[in-house]
Amino acid sequence: MRVGLFIPCYVDQFYPGAAIATLQLLEKLGVEAVYPKNQTCCGQPMANSGFEHLTGGCNRLFIDNFANFDYIVAPSGSCVLHIREHLHDDKQTQLANNISQKTYELTSFLTDVLKVEHLPSRFPYRVGMHQSCHGQRGLHLSSMTELVAPAFSKPGSLLKMVKDIDLIELDRKDECCGFGGTFCVTEEAVSAKMGKDRVADHLHHGAEYITGVDMSCLMHMEGILKRQGSKVKVLHIAEILNAE
Amino acid sequence: MESKDHAALAEVFNKDEDRVSWHDETLWWIRQKRDKNVHQLPEWELLRETASQIKFNVLSNLSTYLEQFEKNATCNGIKIHWAADAKEHNDIVLGLLKEHQINRMVKSKSMLTEECGLNDYLASHGIDVIDSDLGERIVQLAGEHPSHIVLPCIHKKKGEIGDLFHKYLGTPSNVDDPQFLTETARQHLREIFLTRRAALTGVNFAIAETGEFVVCTNEGNADMGTNLAEVHIASMGIEKLIPKREHLGVFLRLLTRSATGQPITTYSSHYSKPRDGKQIHIVLVDNGRSVQLGREDFRNSLKCIRCGACMNTCPVYRRSGGHSYHTAVAGPIGSILAPNLDMRKYADLPFASTLCGSCSNVCPVKIDIHQQLYKWRQVLVKAGYAPTVKKIAMQLMAATLASPTLYHAAGKMGRATIKFAPFAVNNKLNPWYKQRDMPAPPKESFGEWYARNRAGSQEPGV
Amino acid sequence: MSSREKILAAVARNQPEAVALPDLNALKDAAQLAEPADLLEKYITVLTGIGGTAYQVGSYEDITGILNVQFPEGRIVNTVTELHPHHQSHVFEDDIHSLENVELAIIKAHFAVAENGAVWVTEELMGKRVLPFICQHLVVIVPANQVVATMHKAYEQISNRSYGYGAFIAGPSKTADIEQSLVLGAHGPRSMNVFLLG
Repeated sequence: MRVGLFIPCYVDQFYPGAAIATLQLLEKLGVEAVYPKNQTCCGQPMANSGFEHLTGGCNRLFIDNFANFDYIVAPSGSCVLHIREHLHDDKQTQLANNISQKTYELTSFLTDVLKVEHLPSRFPYRVGMHQSCHGQRGLHLSSMTELVAPAFSKPGSLLKMVKDIDLIELDRKDECCGFGGTFCVTEEAVSAKMGKDRVADHLHHGAEYITGVDMSCLMHMEGILKRQGSKVKVLHIAEILNAE
Repeated sequence: MESKDHAALAEVFNKDEDRVSWHDETLWWIRQKRDKNVHQLPEWELLRETASQIKFNVLSNLSTYLEQFEKNATCNGIKIHWAADAKEHNDIVLGLLKEHQINRMVKSKSMLTEECGLNDYLASHGIDVIDSDLGERIVQLAGEHPSHIVLPCIHKKKGEIGDLFHKYLGTPSNVDDPQFLTETARQHLREIFLTRRAALTGVNFAIAETGEFVVCTNEGNADMGTNLAEVHIASMGIEKLIPKREHLGVFLRLLTRSATGQPITTYSSHYSKPRDGKQIHIVLVDNGRSVQLGREDFRNSLKCIRCGACMNTCPVYRRSGGHSYHTAVAGPIGSILAPNLDMRKYADLPFASTLCGSCSNVCPVKIDIHQQLYKWRQVLVKAGYAPTVKKIAMQLMAATLASPTLYHAAGKMGRATIKFAPFAVNNKLNPWYKQRDMPAPPKESFGEWYARNRAGSQEPGV
Repeated sequence: MSSREKILAAVARNQPEAVALPDLNALKDAAQLAEPADLLEKYITVLTGIGGTAYQVGSYEDITGILNVQFPEGRIVNTVTELHPHHQSHVFEDDIHSLENVELAIIKAHFAVAENGAVWVTEELMGKRVLPFICQHLVVIVPANQVVATMHKAYEQISNRSYGYGAFIAGPSKTADIEQSLVLGAHGPRSMNVFLLG
């Protein structure tokens, strides 16, 4: 199995640790993961701002970089959702569709494709899991509190395999953190308030780390934690699953 | 109307953070009541799906159902009127009142009359209108509009309501006990019900096969008004039709559970015929609905049954308040309905969302609200309603991200200042920095690390 | 062209290709599977939960006995002939506004709905449409064997019967418009008392 590693642009630039952990974790699980060097971004920042018509360049690059893999895996629910829903190329519709359908968010790749049941990891801390909306409600990584349906959580089930981890329960299990792409600056007041409230829920339950499948949400919450002078840290879920 | 956009109005609302927290908690509590209630029904998701399918059937046969409804309601002795737009609706209502020499009317909740600006219109023609829903009466006394379609004064604290009642209804000052204030309103409005010859209501559901319509309230204000008045005017959007009476079994199970977490409203009143010698008039209003019906991507917004669940669950609505949406129907559903009426005026609303998707999940008729918000963004930008600065920034970003060369060069310029990230400029002008710190820039990108650490790979970029 | 023609033409032009109505049977079956074994018990629990009061009684005499204790004073308007001679059944005047001082209204209902605490009442059982709303307190008498599980069953019961006006009434009039504090007795009855007879 050959996996193309899709590293979202802001993870590449700001959070290489999350990407390294993703790569190491996949390698640990026996996957041949390759990082195509000419990748940039899925195009979501433009599309969610109403400029999907400007994403042709990103789409072509994505297709060029990832056409020749069995799977494409990314440590992000949001970017994967964008690829799943919006990757297209009028000149090669079928190819684009094939690529988008074999693009996986990391935790769902681990649970659904690799069917991971054990992990050699240990993380002896109190951890709060943030359900990033695009992964949860878009990719159905976890059950959603709005729906009357059986409970499950792909990232949650993986975290439970980690030795000595102490997972906290939140008052609001799946409320949005308020990052929302460009929303975080165009609606600064509401975005920041949402972030503060989310962080407060984790702090209230004694989290030492906040984790999740999307670094963008975590970056937003980290910004708030740092401004508040908190010692609580954010970590991408790959970094916890890869911790020993 | 307001000239400020949602973000600016939300910023004003957020100046009082404790109030925002209170507003958020109050609505979240209602969302939790909704959850608790719907989780008692194992068939809940099938109920939603069925309701959604019924509504699709309605939208696809609307012209037939409208004619069928008109025929049956007319047979029942109800008079049907057709209004192409808000102005015509208001004129019809005014005409009916004039015909009966009525200059005072009592009204129960109708978001459609808010959409049409009926109260102001009638006031300018010398008609006195009193809103009888307690929440609506409160905002009316305050000279405001409802901030929520089900909970009109959810933004008001009881102390403020006490002050209003002190000023207008003669209660002692500084009394804010809800029981006492409600009792005061009861006495005040009872006198209104007993003296008004005309009563206007909205319509929750109208049944094509029987010509009857259903009005739902908890207070009983619609029934008090209509059952004492000579003339009952019911204002109804054309999308409120459902085919058969038995479909009420589906919708009445969904409506209030979604809205407030109650199993049903206290009153679900079925009006089929007028009382002897009295009149019922229904004004069927289009006002842009037939246009929305023609927009393939947005037509299913017309499935809405106005439960308000999307507002209660929306983390943005809860923290920005209904008035920040500067339209009659606020929140996620309002944000996909309003641009249909006026793209320029409401171009900001589809952007007042993180696209978290919670709205679509609570929607009892499964409107894909967050998907439509995304699609409206595309439509609005293409129609030229994006600010120029944003347009330039987006073109720059697209050019950068379409080229690995530019992307890697931008990254290397220093990770804290790369231009494509909205959060990346570390100064006071950057909204990110107002309440959040920047991520600490790492020494190298993942691409650079990968090039150094994995054999056989090449240096990324140029 | 009139607005009627204009609207109908625009709707006909813009509506999508016809979609069939769903079959309600799957939903009804699923709802039936979830029905509680004891509908009466469920009804009483739900009614109590929404602020109503339920009485299980064996006869009209039992009802009279309870009413004499619970509502000893004030104007009573009774529409239930079986409650003679203790409560005279009411002869309505033309001016319904004269009902404004009614303390207690007594009516029958066709049936009750377990899932939401409602009773179904049509115009002929109300005497006057305004009666169940304008009274300070409401008494509703419903046969104990006429409790249906859900609104699906309720509409099966109603079927295609004709009525001028009908209402599901579930509990006392209420509002929570002031800071979500629940207050009973908004505009209508301050209490709803359901007598489940038999």
